[in-house]
Amino acid sequence: MTVPRLQLEQITKRFASVVANDAVALTVLPGEIHSILGENGAGKSTLVKIIYGALRPDAGRILWNGQPVQIRSPQEARALGIAMVFQHFSLFETLTVAENVWLGMSGKIPLRQVVAGIRSKAAEYGLELEPEREVHTLSVGERQRVEIVRALLADPRLLILDEPTSVLTPQAVEKLFVTLRQLAATGCSILYISHKLDEIRALCHQCTVLRGGRVTGTCDPTLESNASLSRLMIGAEPPRLVHRQATPGQVALRVRDLTLEKLDRFGTDLHGVSLELREGEVVGVAGVSGNGQQQLLAAISGEDPRAEEGAVELFGQPIGRLGVAARRKLGLHFIPEERLGRGAVPTLSLAHNMLLTRDESLRALGWIDRRALKYQTAKIIERFKVKSGGPAAVARSLSGGNLQKYIVGREIDAVPRVLVVAQPTWGVDVGAAAQIRAELLALRDAGTALLVVSEELEELFEMTDRLHVMARGRLSPSIGTSAATVELIGEWMSGLWPTGPEDGPGVSIGEFP
Amino acid sequence: MIRLEPRATPSMAMSILSPVIALAITAAAGAALFTALGKDPGQALSVFFLEPFNGVRAISELALKSTPLVLIALGLALCYRSNVWNIGAEGQFLMGAIGGGGLALWVTTAEIGMSRWLFFPLVILAGAMAGAAWAGVVALLRDRFNANEILVSLMLVYVANLFLSWLVFGPWKDPQGYNFPQTVSFAANTELPRVIRGMRLHWGTAVALVAAVVMWLFMFRTFTGIQLQVGGPAPAAARYAGFSSRAAIWTTLLVSGGLSGVAGAFEVAGPMGQLTPHVSAGYGFTAIIVAFVGRLHPLGCILGSVVLSMFLIGGELAQSRIGLPSALAGVFQGVLLLSLLACDTLIHYRPRWSRGS
Repeated sequence: MTVPRLQLEQITKRFASVVANDAVALTVLPGEIHSILGENGAGKSTLVKIIYGALRPDAGRILWNGQPVQIRSPQEARALGIAMVFQHFSLFETLTVAENVWLGMSGKIPLRQVVAGIRSKAAEYGLELEPEREVHTLSVGERQRVEIVRALLADPRLLILDEPTSVLTPQAVEKLFVTLRQLAATGCSILYISHKLDEIRALCHQCTVLRGGRVTGTCDPTLESNASLSRLMIGAEPPRLVHRQATPGQVALRVRDLTLEKLDRFGTDLHGVSLELREGEVVGVAGVSGNGQQQLLAAISGEDPRAEEGAVELFGQPIGRLGVAARRKLGLHFIPEERLGRGAVPTLSLAHNMLLTRDESLRALGWIDRRALKYQTAKIIERFKVKSGGPAAVARSLSGGNLQKYIVGREIDAVPRVLVVAQPTWGVDVGAAAQIRAELLALRDAGTALLVVSEELEELFEMTDRLHVMARGRLSPSIGTSAATVELIGEWMSGLWPTGPEDGPGVSIGEFP
Repeated sequence: MIRLEPRATPSMAMSILSPVIALAITAAAGAALFTALGKDPGQALSVFFLEPFNGVRAISELALKSTPLVLIALGLALCYRSNVWNIGAEGQFLMGAIGGGGLALWVTTAEIGMSRWLFFPLVILAGAMAGAAWAGVVALLRDRFNANEILVSLMLVYVANLFLSWLVFGPWKDPQGYNFPQTVSFAANTELPRVIRGMRLHWGTAVALVAAVVMWLFMFRTFTGIQLQVGGPAPAAARYAGFSSRAAIWTTLLVSGGLSGVAGAFEVAGPMGQLTPHVSAGYGFTAIIVAFVGRLHPLGCILGSVVLSMFLIGGELAQSRIGLPSALAGVFQGVLLLSLLACDTLIHYRPRWSRGS
């Protein structure tokens, strides 16, 4: 019998109020792609942090190649040959990609060599990455690429990936899977943390399912169905999304031939972007991050009010130069992709964070009606099942998924006329994601116009009525989602779409009636 | 080994206990220091910690010293929470002193008969306007030319200082003052109303306390107050919400400058009674420590200013009573600040004993 690469016995970890891991056992063989499946808060992140030495277990044993080991720090983990790609990136924003990778390395290697190493690794695995760009200019997807390449540079024996595919194109996911299989074939074990059942079934050899900090089962995912995995993971099947036919009304938001120069040197210029969004429909924008989505979103939300007055119209009213608050008054709400620091202030309570976009609890002279504010916050926490310490809990204390539920809830609860959403379910577990999507669709059915910018194609196919694709600062014409295929959208993602007529939203392929 | 684990929510008990523990550590460090210097630690500690509170007169002096510190620190706390780094409160204080002193001088020389209670609000207004105008220069340069407010506000301290010197060496000099750089002693009706007969404590202290309560309400109970606190820790969230960063710069600087100006005016119309080049005992800079010791919280600023004035007074007493160097007050300030910052960790983290390496 082969000696397992990694074996965990009775690993237990308690936090202030919860037991995050309760006597968890895990066995990973050499060359095995092993998935850890579980909802947010099931204890996946805690477990991998223990393996990576970022946390110490309260009890239990870790065996590495059959030998008991104490992993006291990530440095020790790396010395053993463990590399990790975190879900929350640990990158210094003001440094370049190469400098970030360089900082994480032990030993004295010239920066030049690191740059070359990144270039070759990135090319080897088909990951587009510019080593000399500064990290703060990168989108979420690009930042993840930095982390993946950084991990691969160490030639690990065990690679831990935490939700790695959420920001990749379908083709890139396939490419990554090829890479991972290649890597596994060389004997490197892979620990793959995810909640995407299809991916796990396509990629992994073994699967350990966590729920509430305990192992609820181990199985061979290739022999399981999505439904059976779901049952193990959440104890029930996720609610199925009911997507009724859209009944689009009048044009709510119109972007007309929007051309904008980038604000910083690594941004993307927008070239003649046009789109039309009607009441009661969901329009999706697909595309790999860093293709101008951030710039488009900023121009629509008002964070970047440099557009021509008439380039952005809300119900026929030109708003291109209005500020964020003015646009919000007109009924345009926005959910950004960064939750902590943009969608919410980390150090303020959930109640005070309401005031970023909601003013219902304000009285004369800006006096805050604390009771009304608390009530409003508590209502959202309850309706969207936000796990938190209540309205007084600071935003920083919430997990990513719960904070997202809070932010989405805050904007949905405002009943906006137009809602623009970026990455609605990024890093959110199945149950919460289904809930968020259902709430967004319910909003659509109530007549709101929704624009969803996402890098998860699955999500766009599930939610939207029409799809655009963004590539290199240009926007494709729209296509009815029911007529679109993953292959077609993947092709459009590289900028290859048919050019349509000059005016209007573009060609109609399976367009709504 | 002690390990620190993040708490789910900040500990309320620790927020209150932290300064107390810090004070205890400071006292313990002081006792060790005095013993090493060959002094009776009990006596020395009582000079620092008890004497400043011993009797109505001592408390009156303590409150008097705290008043400008509270006023200035309140404004600074607001600035720092909004990421506006006003380092030049000293300059705004001096301009307030000039504004208040100028008004008092005019009332004195023109022999205007008005009651102290009528002059009181006028001198507040004069000080606030002068201080706010001085801070307004900083806001203007930052807003229009993106000039660094740290440098500009600090440089303006020196300008204010020289302007004050020019006034008291020149046009405002007392003609009968044997050429000393000072104005005439102000008329009795320009003196701030006293709280207790025969003591220097004036009603400006009450103004400072009211200002602290108002600032507390402003920071945590009004929309503008919350808005101002978003730009500091999360500028992207401020942009997302549509909160104006320009408004934040102007509001915080004008409020802070105004409060510092009032502090300056009180100092002139209160204990000084005339304008000299030495109006300030470095209040504008000490208040920076006060703001941080009070953890940028208005009520904390009150406590912080009491503690720091205690050290200032205790330092003077230690020098005259038991012959300890006056620099000891500075040492105490340093130890206190250090242990406070260390103890503040406990608000967000829970210490846990664990066995093992």
